[in-house]
Amino acid sequence: MKKSKAFFGYSILALVIYVVVQVLLTTGMLDAYYENILITMCIHIMLAVSLHLVIGITGQFSIGHAGFMAVGAYVSAIATMNFGLPFPIAILIGAIFAGLAGLLVGVPTLRLKGDYLAIATLGFAEIIRIVFINLDYVGGAAGIVINQMTNWTYAFFGVVITILVISNFTNSRHGRGCISIREDEVAADAMGINTTYYKVVAFVIGSAFAGVAGAIYSHQFFFIQPTAFNFLKSFDILIFVVLGGLGSLSGSVIAAILLTVVSFYLQNFPETRMIIYSAVLIIIMLYRPTGLLGTKEVTQLFKFGKRGGSSA
Amino acid sequence: MTNLLIKADNVGIQFGGLKAVQGFDMYLNQGELVGLIGPNGAGKTTTFNMLTGVYQPTEGSITFDGKNLKGLQPYQVTKLGISRTFQNIRLFKDMTVLDNVKVANHNVAKHSIISSIFRLPSHFKGEADMDTQSIEFLKIFGLDKYKDEVAKNLPYGMQRRLEIARALAAKPKLLLLDEPAAGMNPQETQDLMDLIAFIREEFDLTILLIEHDMHLVMGICERIYVLDHGQLIADGLPEEIRSNPKVIEAYLGEEVVEDVKS
Ligand SMILES: Nc1ncnc2c1ncn2[C@@H]1O[C@H](COP(=O)(O)OP(=O)(O)OP(=O)(O)O)[C@@H](O)[C@H]1O
Ligand SMILES: [Mg+2]
Repeated sequence: MKKSKAFFGYSILALVIYVVVQVLLTTGMLDAYYENILITMCIHIMLAVSLHLVIGITGQFSIGHAGFMAVGAYVSAIATMNFGLPFPIAILIGAIFAGLAGLLVGVPTLRLKGDYLAIATLGFAEIIRIVFINLDYVGGAAGIVINQMTNWTYAFFGVVITILVISNFTNSRHGRGCISIREDEVAADAMGINTTYYKVVAFVIGSAFAGVAGAIYSHQFFFIQPTAFNFLKSFDILIFVVLGGLGSLSGSVIAAILLTVVSFYLQNFPETRMIIYSAVLIIIMLYRPTGLLGTKEVTQLFKFGKRGGSSA
Repeated sequence: MTNLLIKADNVGIQFGGLKAVQGFDMYLNQGELVGLIGPNGAGKTTTFNMLTGVYQPTEGSITFDGKNLKGLQPYQVTKLGISRTFQNIRLFKDMTVLDNVKVANHNVAKHSIISSIFRLPSHFKGEADMDTQSIEFLKIFGLDKYKDEVAKNLPYGMQRRLEIARALAAKPKLLLLDEPAAGMNPQETQDLMDLIAFIREEFDLTILLIEHDMHLVMGICERIYVLDHGQLIADGLPEEIRSNPKVIEAYLGEEVVEDVKS
């Protein structure tokens, strides 16, 4: 009862945000510059939330998220530009390929104990970038020209679906299995959780939604280049998740919004941007080692007087 | 008529050059409550780890409920019906008390990932079933009042009890308890022993209990196995163990060592 009420509330909130922005855009009160910021924000939220599932919920350290974004970006671009498929179908295909890439990386590495995933994802992201650089079919290093198809509607509903799927997954016996792995893998295993299976599932879902973000991204900026998906991009996404608080979905959303705004204001000074980013990270680590929200969700912060509450 | 539930045949494991356990023979009949005792470093926890698939024995074989456990992962062993607690409490610290139990209750519900993502009726039914069942387990241990508390905030004694509740939620036939009374005062220990006797009846359990304290084990166990330096030095009824010269020597040896240490 209580849950469906909350769900109703969130749906209304989402709809209001969507309609208000849509009206502001169509009446021209928000111009293309702001639309661009809002869409970038949505892309960043999708990236943050999808990586949150892998790192914050399942506790697997993946540091090559931009690689999966790249797969979604390129595959969807090929789908629309070379095969003339409708954009929604292209997003879906991009997500599927990114998910498959996740499966390819995840299966061999997630079976092992230890941080092999970090190394493998880092390697994968570099490999995929270099493959695209050398692939003439997608324009090589020069990149590929893409028609703009992304708009506020696609970006916004991309975010809504990402959050809905990932939070529904998290708040179920499956998500609980993933959280138990993060908490104590040995104990999770002993309690009957197939740890390898759930690590791979979380990783594949995370990768697929990075693919969705990639597809929305590639159809926003008229053209994409392999360099857009380098290590720095992966690092940016990682910061959203860490800054928001490992294990907090709303934390990663807030961090993504905040840092998108900051980086737009710092756009004219790309060098300072990285310095400020690093400084922010260091400050957070010093003063809030668990991130902005820790493992809590925004909704829990308003429940004063009530102790406890589950993570994620 | 007694039914054999688990049988270990000449089981052993080697870590590098160290033979942590060797030639371990053990059987448990359905419904028995058996103790596994021995001095520090005797190989008790290592034996549990072999019985639950955490370690693969380097020799011998373990048969549970007619199935050979060789090569099975811990989660598969748990699904077959062996569940355990840990010597050093291993709760899911940042999860709520209820969620800790629900993790172990995982395989009771069958709803799929798709069902959860799309919030199909089977998801709600499965989750509700898990809730009711898990709360029942918490009630037995007097923990239902704390269900929304984060596990790490519970006092030590309750954490130990929660671990047993969690192990029970995995629906075991055989429950392995690794020093469940460690760090408890005599009153808490007595309550715990009563509780163990109760759940054994209630859930038709077979229990293997590691305890460091020999006197305690003597009180509730029907049979006892004694390990020392990785080898079984005695097994039998409590009174036989009590008067067994090898056991006395092993424990005496330890006391001497402890005297020297302090
Ligand atoms: N993974 C491992 N690698 C190497 N040695 C190990 C490993 N696990 C256990 N051992 C060794 O095996 C021996 C038995 O250890 P175990 O933990 O089983 O003892 P125990 O009987 O449970 O003792 P305690 O009463 O202190 O809990 C010890 O010498 C220990 O150092
Ligand atoms: Mg031990």
